Amino acid sequence: MLITKRVEFSASHVCRNPLLSEPENQELFGAAANPHGHGHNYVVDVTLEGDPHPVTGMVLDLKKLKEIINREVLESYDHRFLNYEVQPFDRVVPTPENIAIDIWKRLEPHLARDGGRLHAVRVYETPDLFVDYFGEAA
Amino acid sequence: MIRVTRKYRFSAAHRLHAPGLSDAENVELYGKCNNPYGHGHNYEIEVSARGPVEPRSGRALDPVALDRLVDEQVLRSFNQKYLNAESAAFRHAVPTTENLAREIYARLQASWKSAFPGPWPVLDNIRIAETPRNIFEVSEIYG
Repeated sequence: MLITKRVEFSASHVCRNPLLSEPENQELFGAAANPHGHGHNYVVDVTLEGDPHPVTGMVLDLKKLKEIINREVLESYDHRFLNYEVQPFDRVVPTPENIAIDIWKRLEPHLARDGGRLHAVRVYETPDLFVDYFGEAA
Repeated sequence: MIRVTRKYRFSAAHRLHAPGLSDAENVELYGKCNNPYGHGHNYEIEVSARGPVEPRSGRALDPVALDRLVDEQVLRSFNQKYLNAESAAFRHAVPTTENLAREIYARLQASWKSAFPGPWPVLDNIRIAETPRNIFEVSEIYG
């Protein structure tokens, strides 16, 4: 069975690779390379796979899942400038692809123990652009 | 591997009428959707592609290249059009949203390499909502 918790955070970012020149960044990212940055209201769907516990009837208490997401992700991400304030985005361009991979890495170790295996992380940068990450194996 | 999805919208008219059936059979089969004057929908399409994250850009897909491809291959042909009369694909095939999903998938697949010449990303899935309550998906897996 799959269960999904949806959370939101707001953050600013700039899409630029520090290893590239200004014209190369402009060419690659266009308006998203504006050095002052810009922001999004991100929406994140965290999906777990598992069987409901015979006693509780739950795969994992969604309240507990929310606490883990808050502690591991949102406290670092929310209302921050990702490139300057949140690792690894000092080195890795904070595209929705890389944000989804980072959220997976932050959550996965805490979920394996608690019942309900991490199945997917979906990150909406806008309502019209989102990415899904299913882990390294997929 | 990452799956990237981008959402697009267009509005079009269609009429569900199978030429192989009698008028009475068409009314029986399609009901209101068989109205001879046609009717319209606000279609929403989600185009999904998958591929590895390219380290230089941090992306699995360039959204600008996908926007251009979808605009050229889909939106320009279908937006504000009467599908039955204005699209060669629906001269003979009934423009159900099943057939529309297959047509969009085929068009994007046929032109995919012009937009994305490398091995990645690949087209993964088309999801089309005819209304918020009627949704159709087609992919390599489903056919």
